[in-house]
Amino acid sequence: MGLPLMMERSSNNNNVELSRVAVSDTHGEDSPYFAGWKAYDENPYDESHNPSGVIQMGLAENQVSFDLLETYLEKKNPEGSMWGSKGAPGFRENALFQDYHGLKTFRQAMASFMEQIRGGKARFDPDRIVLTAGATAANELLTFILADPNDALLVPTPYYPGFDRDLRWRTGVKIVPIHCDSSNHFQITPEALDSAYQTARDANIRVRGVLITNPSNPLGATVQKKVLEDLLDFCVRKNIHLVSDEIYSGSVFHASEFTSVAEIVENIDDVSVKERVHIVYSLSKDLGLPGFRVGTIYSYNDNVVRTARRMSSFTLVSSQTQHMLASMLSDEEFTEKYIRINRERLRRRYDTIVEGLKKAGIECLKGNAGLFCWMNLGFLLEKKTKDGELQLWDVILKELKLNISPGSSCHCSEVGWFRVCFANMSENTLEIALKRIHEFMDRRRRF
Amino acid sequence: MRLIVPLRGVIQGRGGLFVGSLIPCCLFYFLQLYLKRRRPPPTDPTELPRTSSRTNLFSRGNSIGRVRVSSRAVPVAKPSDSPYYIGLERVKTDPYDRIKNTDGIIQLGLAESTLCFDLLQRWMSENLMESMMQSDDGEFDISSIAMYKPFEGLLELRVAFADFMSRIMGGNVSFDPSNMVITAGGTPAIEVLAFCLADHGNAFLIPTPYYPGFDRDIKFRTGVELIPVHCRSSDNFTVTVSALEQALNQARKRGSKVSGILFSNPSNPVGNILSRETLQDILRFAQEKNIHVISDEIFAGSVYGDKEFVSMAEIAGSGEFDKSRVHIIYGLSKDLSIPGFRAGVIYSFHEDVVNAAKKLMRFSSVPVPVQRILISLLSDVRFIEEYMTAHRQRIRDKHIRFVEGLKQLGIPCAESGGGLYCWVDMSSLLTSYSEKGELELFEKLLTVAKINATPGTACYCIEPGWFRCCFTALADEDIPVIMERIRQLRESSRS
Repeated sequence: MGLPLMMERSSNNNNVELSRVAVSDTHGEDSPYFAGWKAYDENPYDESHNPSGVIQMGLAENQVSFDLLETYLEKKNPEGSMWGSKGAPGFRENALFQDYHGLKTFRQAMASFMEQIRGGKARFDPDRIVLTAGATAANELLTFILADPNDALLVPTPYYPGFDRDLRWRTGVKIVPIHCDSSNHFQITPEALDSAYQTARDANIRVRGVLITNPSNPLGATVQKKVLEDLLDFCVRKNIHLVSDEIYSGSVFHASEFTSVAEIVENIDDVSVKERVHIVYSLSKDLGLPGFRVGTIYSYNDNVVRTARRMSSFTLVSSQTQHMLASMLSDEEFTEKYIRINRERLRRRYDTIVEGLKKAGIECLKGNAGLFCWMNLGFLLEKKTKDGELQLWDVILKELKLNISPGSSCHCSEVGWFRVCFANMSENTLEIALKRIHEFMDRRRRF
Repeated sequence: MRLIVPLRGVIQGRGGLFVGSLIPCCLFYFLQLYLKRRRPPPTDPTELPRTSSRTNLFSRGNSIGRVRVSSRAVPVAKPSDSPYYIGLERVKTDPYDRIKNTDGIIQLGLAESTLCFDLLQRWMSENLMESMMQSDDGEFDISSIAMYKPFEGLLELRVAFADFMSRIMGGNVSFDPSNMVITAGGTPAIEVLAFCLADHGNAFLIPTPYYPGFDRDIKFRTGVELIPVHCRSSDNFTVTVSALEQALNQARKRGSKVSGILFSNPSNPVGNILSRETLQDILRFAQEKNIHVISDEIFAGSVYGDKEFVSMAEIAGSGEFDKSRVHIIYGLSKDLSIPGFRAGVIYSFHEDVVNAAKKLMRFSSVPVPVQRILISLLSDVRFIEEYMTAHRQRIRDKHIRFVEGLKQLGIPCAESGGGLYCWVDMSSLLTSYSEKGELELFEKLLTVAKINATPGTACYCIEPGWFRCCFTALADEDIPVIMERIRQLRESSRS
C-alpha cells in the first residue's frame, strides 16, 4: 500500500502517533502527474497577462459548453426560483433534507439524463441510483463494498492515475494491471485478462472484480461491444464483479460508437449475471460541473444498492445541489440540445489537435471520445525507458511550458505515450499550444 | 506422506538406520515435494469452464454462483437493531402532523432545530442567488461555481468559518484557517479523523452515554473500535480521569491499542457543558498516555444555560499542553439548522493531520456553489449575531417549557446547558429497573404514547431509564400534547 517501512509515524517534533493511512503516500501526490500541476500553479498561462506561462494540458476538465449552461440558467431562472430560494417549501426542504436516498426528482432526472446519453438503448431505474459527492467517492465506495483489504481489482492499463489513490488508499485494496498495448489499439484481450488473474492468484491475492473506464481515460476511445461481452463472460466465469466507470459517456463524439455495459445487461434476465455489474457516473465531465460534486453508483445488485446508500452518508450530495440540478436535467429539450452540441464541439477540438499534431509529425491513437488525446512520442525518446519518457516530459514542461501527462503515470506498459487534454482552454490557447509543439519539432529536425 | 516408514527402521533396530530407512524416507519425501510442485494449481471451484456460446452462458440460471460483496460490507446492509434507528424508521411510517395526522408518532429522536427557520428563510430569499452566482465583476459567471476548486474548501470559506466559530464560542479563542478543512458534513469529518489518527483494530475511548451515530460513523469503514467509559448520574454524567484511567488499563490488558479519546461538548445526549477543569483534565490525561483528543463541538452555538462554553481549542492554545494531539469537529447542521447543505469542519493543531485530511477531502467535499452561499452567510456578521441570539433564546424558552411539562408529571431531567435535547429520567415509569424494562418502555412510548424518544441503551448508558428527547422541532402547542400522552401511558400502566 505504499507505506515506506522506515518512516516514522509521528513526525516533526510531535510525539503522538498517526495512522498508516495518514502517513502513507498512496495519495500519489508526489508523482509527475501532479508535479506538473504545481508548475502550472506557479506560472499559469494567461492570454493577456502571461502569454509565456505554462499551459495546463494535464487536467481533464470540460469548458467548451459553459455558454450553453449559462444561457439556460439565465433564461429559466430569473429570480432564483429554480434554486429554491423562493417560498417556504423550497428552503425547508433543502435545509433539512439529508436523506441518503437522495431527492426522488433528482434521481429521476439523473436516470433520464443517463438514458438520453445512451440514446435510449438502456433504461435506468431511479431507485438503483445512489448519489455520492463525485465519481471519485463513487469508485472508492464501490471498492469498500466489493473488496476486502488485500483483495484486488483488475484494471486495464493505461489507467487514470487517480485510481491508485481512489481505489487503494483507505480501502487497503490492491490493483492488478491488465496489460494492454498498441498492437491492437490498447483493447483488452481475453489472454491479458487471464494473465492478470493468474498473476494475482500466484501472489495469493483474491480477485474481486474488474474495473474499466468506458470511454477510456487516458486513451480517449470507447471500448468495443465484443470486448464488453468478453469481459462480462470472464466475470461470470470467475464469479467476480464488473465495474464500468462511464464518466465520459456523454463525451463520445458520435453517439453510435458508444456501447454502455448497461446495453449488454439490458438483454439479460438472469439476475446472477446482472447483479455483478455496476456503473459509475458523474456530472463533472459531460456537464462540465466538477465543482458541484455530483456522482452516482448505479448497481444491478440490490444488496450493493442498499449498502452503498447507507455508506453514502460519508459523501452526500448537498440537497441544494440536487434541487438546483433536478429541473435542469429533467428538461429533455435542453439536455438533448446540450448533449448534441457538446459532442460536436469536442469532436471539432479533437480534430483540431490531432490534425495540428500530425502536421508536426506526431501521431495519436485513433480516438472517438473524451476530453484528451493519446499522443505517441516514442520516436523522440533517447532511451526507450520510463526514465527516458520522464526526461522528455520534463523537457516539454520546462521548454515548451506545456503540462501533459506521461504514460508511465498511467501505468502504460509501452513508453513514449502522453495524454493531452484539450477541452479546458479556449481555441486560441489550443492554437498557441500547437504552435509551441510545431516550433519544438522544427528545432529538433534541424539538429 | 507417512511417518511409518522411518519408524519401522527404528523399531526393527537395524544398525543401518541411517542408510536403511532415513535416506529412502528423505528420497520419498523429496519425490512427493517435487510432484506437488509440478501439479497444476487447483482451479477455483467456483469457476465455470469457458463456453463458446455466450447466450447459453448468460441464461444458465442457478448454476452460476451468486457474486459476493466484501465481508466488511455485510453488516452495513443489515437492518439496524439499535433503537435509535428503529425509532427513526417507525416515525416515517406514521409521522405526527398538527393538522393532518394528530394521532401520528411525534418525533423526539432527531436532534434538529427549526426554531429559527423564519430568519434563515428571509436571509436566503434576499441573498441566495447573489451569493452563489456572483463573480468579481458582478456578472453571472458559471465558471466561478462550476470548476474544480481545492477540495479542502475555498480560503474565503475557511476564513469565514474561523471567524464564525470564534464568535459563537465566546470570542476567547481564535481559529487559524490554515488548520481547517471543510467537509461534507460532520459525519465525514469524524470518519476522516478516525482514518488519520487510528489504524484498523485500534480504539477510541468514549464517555457514555454517547451519540449512537458514532457507532456507524467510526466503525463502518475504518475498523476502529469504540471503548465506552461509563459515567454516572451522580456526576451528572461527566467523565472523570479515574474512569478514563480504568478504561484504558482494561483495554491494554485485553490487548487493545487506544489511539485517542473522543467526546462531544456540549455533550450528546446529556447536554452537559464541560468545565474548563474537566477539559484540562482530559488533555492532561491524553498527554500522559500520549494519545489524541477529539472534541466534537457541533452544538457549541446551541448553548442556552448559564454555563460558559469553552472550546478545547482554547485549552490547547493555552501553552500548557502539547496541542498537536488536539482535533476539533464542527458543522452547521445543528447551530445553523442546515443539515441538508452538508457542511462540516475538521480543525486540527497537527500539520500532518491537516495535510492528510485535505487530500482525503476529494471523497467528501462541499460543492462550490454551496461554499459561495456559506461564505456570504457566515460573513454576514449582523445577521449571524441576530440569528445566534434568537437561536439561543428560542432553545432556552422551549427547554424551559419542555422541562416544566415533565416536572409537572414528576419526571426529572439531567442538568443541561446546551444541545437541542434534554436527558430525561423516566425510571419511575419502568416496570423493571433494567435494560429490558427500558426497552419495553421505549416500545410502549412508540406504540402506545406514539412518541419516539431515544433510550439510554442505544447510547450505552449504564443506568436504565434515561431517554433523550429532542424538543427544537416542536411548536409550543405540541408540548401539552406530548405531556398528556405520557400521562396517559403512565395511568394505563398503573391500572
